[in-house]
Amino acid sequence: MDIIVLMKQVPDTEAPVEISASADRLETEDLKWAINPYDEFALEEALLIKEAREDVTVTVISVGPDRVAEAIRVAYAMGVDNAIHINDEFEEEAFAATDAHTTAAILSKVLDDTPYDLIISGNRGVDDDNYQVPAFVARMRDIPMINMVTRQEIQGNEIICDQAVDGGIATVKAALPALITANKGMNEPRYPAFRAIMKARKQKVDERELSDIGLAPADLVPKVKIRSLAYPPERADGKLVNGANAAQKAKELIRLLKEEANVI
Amino acid sequence: MAKEILIVTEIWNGDFRKISLEALSAGRHLADDTGAALTALVMGENVADKAEALAAHGADTVLVAENPGLASFRPCEFENLVTAVIKEKQPGIVIFGATRQGRELSAGVAARTKAGLAPECTGLFIEAGRLVATRPMYGGKVIATVDIEGEIQMVSIRPNVFEIKEAAGEGKIETLAVDLGEANVTLLEEKIEMATRVELTEADYIVSGGRGVGSEDFTVIENLARALGGAVGASRNAVDLGWRPQSDQVGQTGKVVSPKLYIACGISGAMQHIAGMSTSDVIVAINTDPDALIFKTSDYCIVEDLFEVVPAITAELEKG
Repeated sequence: MDIIVLMKQVPDTEAPVEISASADRLETEDLKWAINPYDEFALEEALLIKEAREDVTVTVISVGPDRVAEAIRVAYAMGVDNAIHINDEFEEEAFAATDAHTTAAILSKVLDDTPYDLIISGNRGVDDDNYQVPAFVARMRDIPMINMVTRQEIQGNEIICDQAVDGGIATVKAALPALITANKGMNEPRYPAFRAIMKARKQKVDERELSDIGLAPADLVPKVKIRSLAYPPERADGKLVNGANAAQKAKELIRLLKEEANVI
Repeated sequence: MAKEILIVTEIWNGDFRKISLEALSAGRHLADDTGAALTALVMGENVADKAEALAAHGADTVLVAENPGLASFRPCEFENLVTAVIKEKQPGIVIFGATRQGRELSAGVAARTKAGLAPECTGLFIEAGRLVATRPMYGGKVIATVDIEGEIQMVSIRPNVFEIKEAAGEGKIETLAVDLGEANVTLLEEKIEMATRVELTEADYIVSGGRGVGSEDFTVIENLARALGGAVGASRNAVDLGWRPQSDQVGQTGKVVSPKLYIACGISGAMQHIAGMSTSDVIVAINTDPDALIFKTSDYCIVEDLFEVVPAITAELEKG
């Protein structure tokens, strides 16, 4: 059984970001990168399936520039079998010109000649919060998609999943091949040891350019274009709520919320 | 006249979600700017009697799709229906709410109609007859202004950001012939606990607890939330420790909230958490550590033991 994990490298959550002089992308030079946290759940789930069965090959596919090799090394250290990296200098040069449509088009094209029974991805990328690439890939491949999965079970040619829905849990099934997206709570991603990451340097990455998969930048027409980026308005310095004891501070807070902030 | 603006509404617990009225108000504003007609799509079981209420928030036409198969959100069936409506009506702009349902539905519909979709928007305006949107990215560290190409411009909007305004539309009601189409995912079972409490993303007041709460006993947090008529949230730490369910988590791997008032109790203020609550109107932080990061993102800072001050705030509120 072939499992594909769609993985994205994103700026590390804790890292500050800087907007480029052109104001349409981030300054990437000193940025710290990490595997998208939801994709870590996807990777872990693929590896758990592999460990529970005899016949599983896990292949990770990632689109992005040179630095994505770092994320792929971590995935190898976790235990994936193969990695395909679409080195997308197109994106690096024109960050603002890619969107979910173009990323999904690249991924779907790779899947033309990569066998799969199950595709797992994070339910969203925490960088652009688009919530679209898995949905687009599933529609392009014309396969079922089950979103925000917290538990899965493969039974013969079907997958049965618990998914988070409003106010509860739904249990659904679909025929394989299918695409599922991982939600928090699905598993606890493993942390590979530094030594395993170093060892993973030796593993082969199937690195392809857009032209290798039969696409040219002109084929990738984005529908959502970033015109400009700006920092959010800064919050004024917080006011320290004073009082000799907790009761006085509570009283003062209520006064401020009523009279100054007008929120209660 | 400009092509119409379509609002895809959402029914929850027997009535419209607040976000649907927010979307209608945002849509009315855009419709007035462009001279377009404003249409609202309502999907569900026994929802026709709800439809008229949408005229009070500016709908010129309400499209009603009723079917027992639409009683709860089934992604394939809803997607088939909305895709068919869009193909037939060819709206210029489609607005969804960025809820659990709206996110999945909008992505599926954008894929099927090959439309550009800007999700999680916090600002919408018209420029040269086209919709332009602003939306937070990178956990709210950056706000992007985006252009959406193509004949149909799609957006989803963040709950609690757009104001609900009364505005009269014609309120013409049109009943749709419903064809649920094919579904490739089958529902086996659904366990829904109908929300008796306020949904986090729609709450005007949120009181959140973190590691500082010290255990799964969130009574002091719950009491204050109740006194405010709000909801209880939690930091990633509190959820990872098993003190609160995942559905309560506020942050980058949880929910993004924009209440009028957010009170963070015993939360250190990791970027993870800030990403989920920085768009709140007013933020109060309570922490014993005067150097806690959370104070950097707060309007009002209380350096105090939460177990002392939170019950005192609750008591003060209950005094009226």
